[in-house]
Amino acid sequence: MRNLALIALALTAQPALADRIFVTNERGNSISVLDGDSLEVIHTIDGLQRPRGITASHDGKVIYVCASDDNLVRVYDAATFEELPSLPSGPDPELFVLDPVGDRLFIANEDDNLVTVVDVNTRQVLAEVPVGVEPEGMGVSPDGKIVVNTSETTNMAHMIDTTTYEIVGNILVDGRPRYAEYTPDGQTLFVSAEIGGTVSVIDVPSQTVTHKITFDVPGLLPEALQPVGMRITEDGTKLYVALGPANRVAVIDVASDEVTDYLLVGQRVWQMAFSPDGSRLYTANGNSNDVSVIDTATDTVTESVQVGQQPWGLVVVPTP
Amino acid sequence: MMRREAICGALVLAGLAGPALADVTYRAAVIRVDAPGPLPISRLDLPPDDLGFAGAALATDDNMTTGAFTGQTFETISVVATPETAEAEMARLLDDGIFFVVTLADAATTVALADQAGDRALVVNAAATDDSLRGADCRANLLHVTPSDAMRADALAQYLMWKRWDSWFLIAGSHPEDVALAEAYTRAAAKFGAKIVEERTYEDTGGARRTDTGHVLVQAQIPVFTQRAPDHDVMIAADHAGVFGDYLPYRTWDARPVAGSAGLIPTSWTPAMEAWGATQWQNRFEEGASRLAQEEDFETWVALRVLGEAATRTQGGDAAAIRDFILSDRFELGAFKGQKLTFRDWDGQLRQPVLLAADNVIVSVSPQDGFLHQTSTLDTLGIDRTETECRK
Repeated sequence: MRNLALIALALTAQPALADRIFVTNERGNSISVLDGDSLEVIHTIDGLQRPRGITASHDGKVIYVCASDDNLVRVYDAATFEELPSLPSGPDPELFVLDPVGDRLFIANEDDNLVTVVDVNTRQVLAEVPVGVEPEGMGVSPDGKIVVNTSETTNMAHMIDTTTYEIVGNILVDGRPRYAEYTPDGQTLFVSAEIGGTVSVIDVPSQTVTHKITFDVPGLLPEALQPVGMRITEDGTKLYVALGPANRVAVIDVASDEVTDYLLVGQRVWQMAFSPDGSRLYTANGNSNDVSVIDTATDTVTESVQVGQQPWGLVVVPTP
Repeated sequence: MMRREAICGALVLAGLAGPALADVTYRAAVIRVDAPGPLPISRLDLPPDDLGFAGAALATDDNMTTGAFTGQTFETISVVATPETAEAEMARLLDDGIFFVVTLADAATTVALADQAGDRALVVNAAATDDSLRGADCRANLLHVTPSDAMRADALAQYLMWKRWDSWFLIAGSHPEDVALAEAYTRAAAKFGAKIVEERTYEDTGGARRTDTGHVLVQAQIPVFTQRAPDHDVMIAADHAGVFGDYLPYRTWDARPVAGSAGLIPTSWTPAMEAWGATQWQNRFEEGASRLAQEEDFETWVALRVLGEAATRTQGGDAAAIRDFILSDRFELGAFKGQKLTFRDWDGQLRQPVLLAADNVIVSVSPQDGFLHQTSTLDTLGIDRTETECRK
């Protein structure tokens, strides 16, 4: 009887996830690797200092990590966890974005008010683009023509042409902008502002802020609602916004720009990442040292998994 | 003495800024009034020549970087004055059309400068912590970016209550500003439920602060001075004048920690601060100034970022627009404290978390969890709307 139940469960379960989740632990100076099925830590990568931003090559085979205190982008084989030759990053890299082709990393250098462009194949710096004070958030348009950088003290989203490496537009947003995310059609850009407590909705063709999404959680003071990391679903209908010290992820209906739900996750939720099939969203919770798992079909938090100290960001790739 | 710091490095970016905007130049000043006085107890506390001005230069630089995208230029004039020359220097700045003046001065001089400026300039106090400036002596054209004595005392008190160190032995100096600071601690004790078991006065009898092997004498004096106190958890030093605070730790009769003007110190900044992106600020500052930042440098940076933020948000507004915006409820500023900072409309004080720093590290940041307020937890620190004596 018990066996039958297990078989039935297996038949009705979602397609096997078989993913690997790589989590940067900013304070732990490590990367925790989790198995997407068991949600157990299967490996820990050590030997890097203050890892923060993390992303993967589009085929999922290579992991790139901003090692802020090494002043490098560290590179790992996603299958063997072996370290590959590092990439130059400029000083204190925090966040970066890989262009849609997969050849160039656009890296925010907080200390130097620069965005550094690096060719991941030749490991050469292609350009340094001067931007506002304390560049942080990086986003890329779906067609790869524009990279957006947000500067935390200048409070702008800078639109950088990826061919000429020149700034073609600057959009003023609210205080301490942290992250930039395009809709899949490239027509709308969301920019989160940590101190301002808003997400600016930007009409891309006209480069104007058309709306500001605000947040309200009963029992929480407004200053605790600090939008940071964001992720939009592949179909562009839902935007998830990590609210930092509010310990919640807001779910936004993109069509109406309305907040439809607040999901309670771990403490100081920072960056997030989807599983490759989009069925799960993982969040890095810096102050509770764990990762929350959100089922995106039901928008419920299903599990939390302990990782290293102060998890900052994560990326999920299919198991090779 | 006047010094101009026009920073042009970022100007080359202006051409990239998309639609051309009318170029606006904002000219501000920082006036530092150096009063003659005794040397500090420790030679580590000797003020650098560019104290406060280096923070102003960084803020101007940061404002210029942003200004490159908005068609705005910022220039900051640094003025060193004495209590005797402050008025003449201020007159010169006002005649020069400067409408935003940051002051590093004592309370009396700060009020005098604000009165002199009248409606010609907005004055931003970046140094005087006195509660009187936010209370009976407040002015409509005077803002305070530095946390008041009451905010600092409350910040420390919240942490001590969290530690359950609720009996305090208060040592106050004999200068009027020390007495006022001791009153802030007395008020904080009553507010948060601590008990001051005894208050003792450390008389400033003059004499040299630093003599060769002076520690021999101090080592003999302090245990004797602090003996026979009722049982207490912590000693609080109220030493605004800097006469004795640093002599207390490790020399007290009872083995108790020291807080306040020495030991665990409530402050708005230390070079050890790294939270909420502060490392980037420290790196930028140290690169430009070739030294560690002091509290005065952070305060002048905040003060001039107030101007920069208003210039950005008003899209190049004039003096009146800038002033209106800063005094409105639309103003907010990010300044590496983990949340937006805003001005209290009842006394012009910038709401902000207060750091609790000891030696080489940040021990905590107040407000502490659990101290609640109906509008902002930051208003658990300092004088609240219903308590203010400000009638501006």
